[in-house]
Amino acid sequence: MKVSIEVNGKKEEHDVEDRTLLVFFLRETLGLTGTNIGCDTTNCGACTVIMNGESVKSCTVLAAQADGQKVLTIEGLGTSQDDMHPMQEAFRQNHALQCGYCTPGMVMAAVSLVHDNPNITEAEVREGLEGNLCRCTGYHNIVKAVLAAAGSGGGDL
Amino acid sequence: MSILGNRVLRKEDPKFLTVGGTYVDDIGLAGALHVAYVRSTFAHARILSIDTEEARKAPGVVAVYTAADVDLGPRPPEMPMFNQAMTRSLLADDTVRFVGECVAAVVADTRARAVDAAELVQIDYDPLPAVVDVETALRDETLLFPAAGTNLAMDMTFGTDEHFMDGCEVVVRHQFLNHRVAPCPLEVRAASAEWSPEGRLTQYSSTQAPHGVKSGLAGALALDEAQVRVLSPDVGGGFGAKMGTYPEELLVAWMARRLGRPVRWVETRSESMVGLGHGRGQLQEVEIGGSRDGRILAYRLNVIQDGGAYPAIGAVLPFMTRTMLSGVYDIPKVEFNSRSVVTNTTPTVAYRGAGRPEATAAIERVLDMFAAEIGMDPAEVRRRNLIQKDAFPFTTPTGTVYDIGDYVRALDLALEAADYPALRAAQKQRRESGATKQLGIGLSVYVEITNGMPSSEFGAVEVRPDGTVVVRTGTSPHGQGHVTAWAMLVSEQLGIPIESIEVVHGDTDVVPRGVGTFGSRSLQAGGVAVNQAATAVVERARQLAADLLEANPDDVILDKVGQRFHVQGTPAAGRSWKELAAEAESQGGLTAEVDFTAPGPTFPFGAHLVVAEVDTETGLVEIKRIVAVDDAGKILNPMLAEGQVHGGLAQGVAQALLEEVRYDEDGNPVTANLADYAFVTAAELPSFERIAMETPTPVNELGAKGIGESGTIGSTPAVHNAVCDALVHLGVRHVPMPTSPQRVWRAINEATGKASA
Repeated sequence: MKVSIEVNGKKEEHDVEDRTLLVFFLRETLGLTGTNIGCDTTNCGACTVIMNGESVKSCTVLAAQADGQKVLTIEGLGTSQDDMHPMQEAFRQNHALQCGYCTPGMVMAAVSLVHDNPNITEAEVREGLEGNLCRCTGYHNIVKAVLAAAGSGGGDL
Repeated sequence: MSILGNRVLRKEDPKFLTVGGTYVDDIGLAGALHVAYVRSTFAHARILSIDTEEARKAPGVVAVYTAADVDLGPRPPEMPMFNQAMTRSLLADDTVRFVGECVAAVVADTRARAVDAAELVQIDYDPLPAVVDVETALRDETLLFPAAGTNLAMDMTFGTDEHFMDGCEVVVRHQFLNHRVAPCPLEVRAASAEWSPEGRLTQYSSTQAPHGVKSGLAGALALDEAQVRVLSPDVGGGFGAKMGTYPEELLVAWMARRLGRPVRWVETRSESMVGLGHGRGQLQEVEIGGSRDGRILAYRLNVIQDGGAYPAIGAVLPFMTRTMLSGVYDIPKVEFNSRSVVTNTTPTVAYRGAGRPEATAAIERVLDMFAAEIGMDPAEVRRRNLIQKDAFPFTTPTGTVYDIGDYVRALDLALEAADYPALRAAQKQRRESGATKQLGIGLSVYVEITNGMPSSEFGAVEVRPDGTVVVRTGTSPHGQGHVTAWAMLVSEQLGIPIESIEVVHGDTDVVPRGVGTFGSRSLQAGGVAVNQAATAVVERARQLAADLLEANPDDVILDKVGQRFHVQGTPAAGRSWKELAAEAESQGGLTAEVDFTAPGPTFPFGAHLVVAEVDTETGLVEIKRIVAVDDAGKILNPMLAEGQVHGGLAQGVAQALLEEVRYDEDGNPVTANLADYAFVTAAELPSFERIAMETPTPVNELGAKGIGESGTIGSTPAVHNAVCDALVHLGVRHVPMPTSPQRVWRAINEATGKASA
């Protein structure tokens, strides 16, 4: 089937198999490999992207469901060291990443979380990121980064 | 001003944060085929037949392979201490020995088609009795390898002294299961292979040790090592489980050669949960004896290690457990015996701590039980038995030489930071009021071994004619931050800013030799190698500058701020790094290579204190505080070191509280995906309170010990002790790990005589 999805501000029209998941559309059809796959049960959140302003796990959305929608991936946030989104910058300043694998999904989930709740508390960050797994950081610095970014545009879309 | 010891932000991060890392599965190879493995659904069965016909006919399928096609033969265990009859075929031949073992490989033009076709492979099994637990395995009633004649893979028994506990007023015995856990790096395993027309293999692998994979591939495929290039680009975590070379990776290379086309493989998480090695799996009989005034006189640990279906690194880890058997305590008599057995489960491998968490968990938990038995505060019992700081280097009863430590101070720092007396007072109050939520305070004082078996590591530093530097390292970071840390070491010596220093790793063609990143070895092995290479480059540049300036090299100094060499006192005439590198170009470049082997391991130590709140009605545990003192010697970058501790703490808490790999009685895994496996999340953890402590080691010039695993080693028993401590006044002696609500609830109800369910 043919889908037309606006990804990072650019309209993408492609023929895909009906069963194509959004994450495979992003990674394989568009070559946007910043979005990672970490599980097959919608638990890890490594594939989190923002669709129409809401964070979604792109392994659990069909490309067909995203037809006509707007999708934002890590590549569409800040694109270089000098042009980082406040959430990306907070992750860097607070050493909120190690191996980097969960990072794109974690950042997108964090942006969405803070977008919805700019005055977020530590407990709310922890609950809010329960669906995004990280094995390296023990979450300590991720929570710190999200709280730091919350006060400085971390939820800007 | 020195850059060392500063919180320098990571050079690696902008890429990870803006476009993401480059992991193996992000790298497309032109014309590549995709492989999907067909895995055993039985724990133990004979394979009667495999019908691949339907799969071969499926759309896009290029080939289907079974053991009959693979001409690489069964391989004996890599380590000579294992029973060599316990061989493994890359694809199971006549018998499958664990759920998840590869039986067939389907190669197709797309990943989806390979997966679809894999479903069509029909395997007829004749089930055999499954050996799921280690005690059953030891009875040898069902043998995994009849040719071996036993399930015992490795025997390390030293004997038992019947009078061992003589003279002890109090003896406490208990059986602990240091249960199996899943390493769960966020990136699962992936590999891809491509052969050149000349027969040279290029393999991408998600690994902690690319040079090890290179050797593994060369050995398995009967190639000269020069015919193999291994690249490990960004690697999404390893935690010990990505050290070896797995059958799936070897087969990828073999299939690419057979088909004459590149082949790619990435597993699913559900495959990874059974295919990637597991950690721990040690059944422990623990005995501790001492006097009523709190002096420990004898300690004995007998273990049965679960090696899983094919003995690998996990089966040899009791050796590490023994090496630090008596932990931080000065105990006159110790005894240790271990037997490693095979079972019909996923093979066990190294996992963060690898043999040392098991040692710490055993002694720290039983020490609390001993304290409860004699009615003494567990902090006081520890204090009375700690090795004193003037006793180093300290030789333990098992012959290990601890380099340096100050265990009393680590304990004191943790107690002070937590305000231990206030915590005990709060606990007392809750106990007296009969509150539903009881407070537990758990302690653990630990020592561990890093760079346990020192081997050589490669480091090279080259100043290029444009004044930038390239560092090549044999370590293989996958989150640790070597790109920043090694640049800091070199910048410190050369005066060149880290922005101009490139660190290269994970390509065996560019880095000629290397061992990799595991066992908390990297800084004290690879970091020292890089540091020494930097020293050598400075000396070479000084010599060159002296020649050009017609001066005595001893009079030439490096002005790090100006990044140039000049004769002391006459800064006007000098030579910059750029000029010297250009000058050296015709003489092989301004470069130095070092292969460094440490004279011995180092022994980080620390004290963890955990405050847990236990709901006595539901059994739910909430961790309120984690105070962690971790001393890994001199710290190169506190930000990176803290990050390592944080991650370690989380994994240690996870084992104590949540995570457990479980099998049913037939050997079916019941935690084979992330919906069923209780992977720790942010919601179950508090923020950590880390207290800095630095006691430099004399073992290396950086004064550094490893910090990668300490957090895990110390925290598991601290959490476990906190949970049990919350219930001790109710008569609960012990709650097995992980301390799930059900287990806690059951322990309370059994102790208080209420009906158990």
